Amino acid sequence: MQALRQVAAQSLRAARSLRHRPGIATASSRRRLTASPTNAPRSDARALVAPALLEGSHILSPTSIDGDVYNVYPAATPYGDSKIVTLLPGEGIGPECMRSLVAVFEAAEVPIEFDTYDIAEPEKGLPPEVVNAINRNRLVMKGPFHTPYGFRGTSLNILLRRGFDLYANVVHVYPIPGVKAKHDNVDIVFVRENTEGEYSGLEHSAVDGVVESLKIVTEERSTRIAEYAFRYAMRNNRKKVTAVHKANILKSADGLFLECAKGVAAKYPFIEFENMIVDATCMRLVNNPQQFDVVLLPNLYGNIIGSIGTSLGGGTGLFPGANLGPGGAMFEQAVRHAGRGIAGKGIANPTATILAGVMLLRYLKMFDHADFIQDAVHAVYELTDVRTPDLGGTASTEAFTAAVIDFLDEMDADEECDDEDEDEEDKHGS
Amino acid sequence: MSLWIAPLLIAARHSRPAGRHVAPHFLTRRLSAAAPSAQAVRTVTLFPGDGIGPEIAGAVKEIFRAADAPVQWEEIAISTKNVKPGEDLIPQAALDSVRRNRYGLKGPLETPVGKGHKSLNLTLRQALSLYANVRPCVSMPGVKTKFDNINVVTIRENTEGEYVGLEHEVYPGVVESLKVITRQASERVARFAFEYARSNQRKRVTAVHKASVLKMSDGMFLECCRRISKEYPDIEFKEALIELCCGYLVSQPQRYDVLVLTNLAGDIVSDLAAGLIGGLGLTASLNKGEHVVLAEAVHGTAPDIAGKDWANPTALLLSGVMLLREMDLHDHAERIERAVHQVLQDAQCRTRDLGGTARCSEYTQAIIDRLGTA
Repeated sequence: MQALRQVAAQSLRAARSLRHRPGIATASSRRRLTASPTNAPRSDARALVAPALLEGSHILSPTSIDGDVYNVYPAATPYGDSKIVTLLPGEGIGPECMRSLVAVFEAAEVPIEFDTYDIAEPEKGLPPEVVNAINRNRLVMKGPFHTPYGFRGTSLNILLRRGFDLYANVVHVYPIPGVKAKHDNVDIVFVRENTEGEYSGLEHSAVDGVVESLKIVTEERSTRIAEYAFRYAMRNNRKKVTAVHKANILKSADGLFLECAKGVAAKYPFIEFENMIVDATCMRLVNNPQQFDVVLLPNLYGNIIGSIGTSLGGGTGLFPGANLGPGGAMFEQAVRHAGRGIAGKGIANPTATILAGVMLLRYLKMFDHADFIQDAVHAVYELTDVRTPDLGGTASTEAFTAAVIDFLDEMDADEECDDEDEDEEDKHGS
Repeated sequence: MSLWIAPLLIAARHSRPAGRHVAPHFLTRRLSAAAPSAQAVRTVTLFPGDGIGPEIAGAVKEIFRAADAPVQWEEIAISTKNVKPGEDLIPQAALDSVRRNRYGLKGPLETPVGKGHKSLNLTLRQALSLYANVRPCVSMPGVKTKFDNINVVTIRENTEGEYVGLEHEVYPGVVESLKVITRQASERVARFAFEYARSNQRKRVTAVHKASVLKMSDGMFLECCRRISKEYPDIEFKEALIELCCGYLVSQPQRYDVLVLTNLAGDIVSDLAAGLIGGLGLTASLNKGEHVVLAEAVHGTAPDIAGKDWANPTALLLSGVMLLREMDLHDHAERIERAVHQVLQDAQCRTRDLGGTARCSEYTQAIIDRLGTA
């Protein structure tokens, strides 16, 4: 374990030294996966999708990402007209969902190139070339990595988050039109501390049969995540932040987290602040989820409550998650589960992965492409009954992807028609 | 000697259901002192508690009496409202009563605000060495929630984990909090879970953990559960990661039957499960100790409606039903539980928290009326 950590630390150091050298990526080192970028404007694509989508139903972006919140951080390496993003397909259902994402990106002519790395032995940590690639591109699309129970080292999921200090995990559960959810109008943003707490990995056994596990809470990181949650709330016009804790029992640790949240809340008087004990939060979440807006969570509670939230919103296969920090951003499924039971059968739901791609596009300020793909995904749910088995349907991953691409093509065709109409109008005008 | 004669005399006086008459005999009574026969009267310590406690405890007593449950109450009015810092939250005499009777039923107690107190639950747990908390969460017939067919029992380790209270600031702004897991406590709660599953005709025990991250602590808990499961081949054993368990409780609760959990995880999941069936006002709870059993209502004292006869006694009543089962009074338990279910099903007589207009006393009477037919 020690050795593994050393390797990871070394590769991180090596990578950091490369950070300020731009343009070292070579074309040969990556697989070219997408079509060439297009310059066609898509600003009105949303209006062309399906009128039904605009009338009467809410359309919310998966995270309502306002690029400005994020782009204080370095963006991806440019490559010609496109951007390079590191792709880690992961294990279990990861690779099939990623294939689906790549197909959708290709169909939508997104100017992104994926630098793909299949990590053959996740137990051995991050290979140096992956670390280099991430430091270069600073953007990652990631599939889930499974952590076996007997495995004593740090899982790749945690290495990535901690190693690159992607401290904020953001999951937005929102009502997807056409998806049957347990509650209506569930619209909650979960902001989770991603680097410390119970995930410190510090455990020891002093005597046989007695194990101690350390939970680390620091003022710096608690303040940082609280700051992020409030800034997010402010930028996205949200009204309330709820800090979740167990400070009645963990008086010092969760107490510190709560204190930091209160301190930050005082700086944002225009945003309502409340705190809630974690078990009460779970109960209220299933009874009356509409009372929540932005929920600020320490690491483990975020894991648990985020999972409840996605289940309430219609399913764990639907929602994407972003991991953000000064080192860059990583996008993945909100519930990081490898789903090995259904892996390789072609029945995984790729929605979460495709929408994670949409989050990536918003992060890169490619709003038109983001809207374009997101609307197509929503259209599949609202206008067709193509559903993967997790939502009670029979469609395969491929069939679902094909349905999304059909809508993309349809929207594209509509747009071209409109362009022609405009041309004609121009002619008449002149 | 007078100790075990007293209940006998009471038993002879009343509360013996007709048709199941078994004359208590000095000798049998004495020999079976550890496991009294089905008709012997048990003395149970009752803490009515604060706020709505006395009303709902009154309702429970009435219903038990009407159901001919062979239970004699040793009522001790304790209140934690006005305890001064440094004083014992629960008087020694009250604890001794539970220890002596081995069975207790507790209404809601207000946790005093301010520092200097150990939490009330912690005090009780330690004083009575209550190592497991059991909460059956079963969808109540007729009570409409967004979630149907919930039927899970959460069994939570109650003595260690995150609740050991070991925390310190290693450096300004850096706090460490210790979670302690021991093999002994893990095996004890796992064994209890399997025993519970067996004696309550349940099919499956799922160990809920986060061993993917807490490799050693939750890892050991999981190992203990696995090892104990081998001793119970008649009960199916499964494992689940806590976040997936929570997600599935919301979307596919039928996956689970009995859940066995570490302390904080148990706290979270049991409240989640209670939320799924409509809140703590309907949730029964029982704490199992090495020598005693303490059933309790886990909801609050609701001071705003205290004394107004609006409270819902269901949680305390069903906790009492769990207690009856622990005392092997399964017939009485069944009768009362069926009566409660029927009243809820009919929806004619419901308390305010369930959207009805009935008073506590009316609801109690409705249950008593059903006892005859149930």
